[in-house]
Amino acid sequence: MNRVPLEKKVLSENDRIAGELRNRFLERGILCLNLVSSPGAGKTSLLERTLEAFAPSRRVAVLTGDIQTDNDAVRLARFGFPVKQITTGGTCHLDARMIERALADWNLGDLEILFIENVGNLVCPASYDLGEAAKVVVLSVTEGEDKPLKYPAMFFRSELLVLSKIDLLPHVPFKIENARENARRVHPGMEIVELSCLTGEGLSQWQGWLESRLPAARRIHAAL
Amino acid sequence: MHEMGIANSVLEAVKAEADLRPGMRVAKVCVRVGELAGVDAEALRFCFDALVKETALEPLSLEIEFRPRRHRCPSCGKEFNVTNYETNCPACGEPATLFFGGTELELAYLEMEET
Repeated sequence: MNRVPLEKKVLSENDRIAGELRNRFLERGILCLNLVSSPGAGKTSLLERTLEAFAPSRRVAVLTGDIQTDNDAVRLARFGFPVKQITTGGTCHLDARMIERALADWNLGDLEILFIENVGNLVCPASYDLGEAAKVVVLSVTEGEDKPLKYPAMFFRSELLVLSKIDLLPHVPFKIENARENARRVHPGMEIVELSCLTGEGLSQWQGWLESRLPAARRIHAAL
Repeated sequence: MHEMGIANSVLEAVKAEADLRPGMRVAKVCVRVGELAGVDAEALRFCFDALVKETALEPLSLEIEFRPRRHRCPSCGKEFNVTNYETNCPACGEPATLFFGGTELELAYLEMEET
């Protein structure tokens, strides 16, 4: 028996395409964010509130992934920014090839922020790099406080945790301190914002984080 | 359940390697899976077996090498496995230890035999 060492990544093809996408985003000074969560945590609502608050002159676009339907794209297109639905047809995550294909007929030079709304799933999207600058994980207060412990890969790989639907806190047994502590056990130092898309509470924190991420992308752009 | 896609990627790599070595066949492939890779070993094995069954690749076995989450202490240099999310350094108590391993999803090696 002959042992042949391979020592390469299983998803090397995905990682190669994601690397190309990341270079394209960096060269053009685009901040690309990959939004992940379980289904129904509020990714689309967060994007609705985010787009709504942007001045029409902002150069923002959204790719939104779902297994079926273009409902999310319809919801998000109302704000006048370019939105494209990626329908995966059964696949539980977006991969880099899908992003590359979806961007093929867009002029990226026009963009400053690209949001990718992943398929609602806390497992599979963790394994697929999409070329994003950061993953943002959304956890709603109607879920378990222990989600970070149950799905550590996703919380570990996400830079920011958005605790959503905080307007419901008086009605649910969710202890927000426990959720914060659990997230930071998995991901020490993880950044966390708490907000409600319904009341608008906390949205400014999220917008502040977003804007704070922009200069890095813009600085790299200016230096090239 | 993305393990089917991952099993498929593993088999693509196996076929590519086999094509490079005429007269040899792949008997075993070893995949390294980190604790934070987001991949379930049992699901991966199930998908792998389903994809190999009744194909020219059979018999082909899969070995899964598990890799725990690893941290390094910046104060004393100790490297340790993180269990139950305990990230404080077990040697000196330093709380701000640094992650350095546990997200692996890699093809480690193949075992080949002559046909």
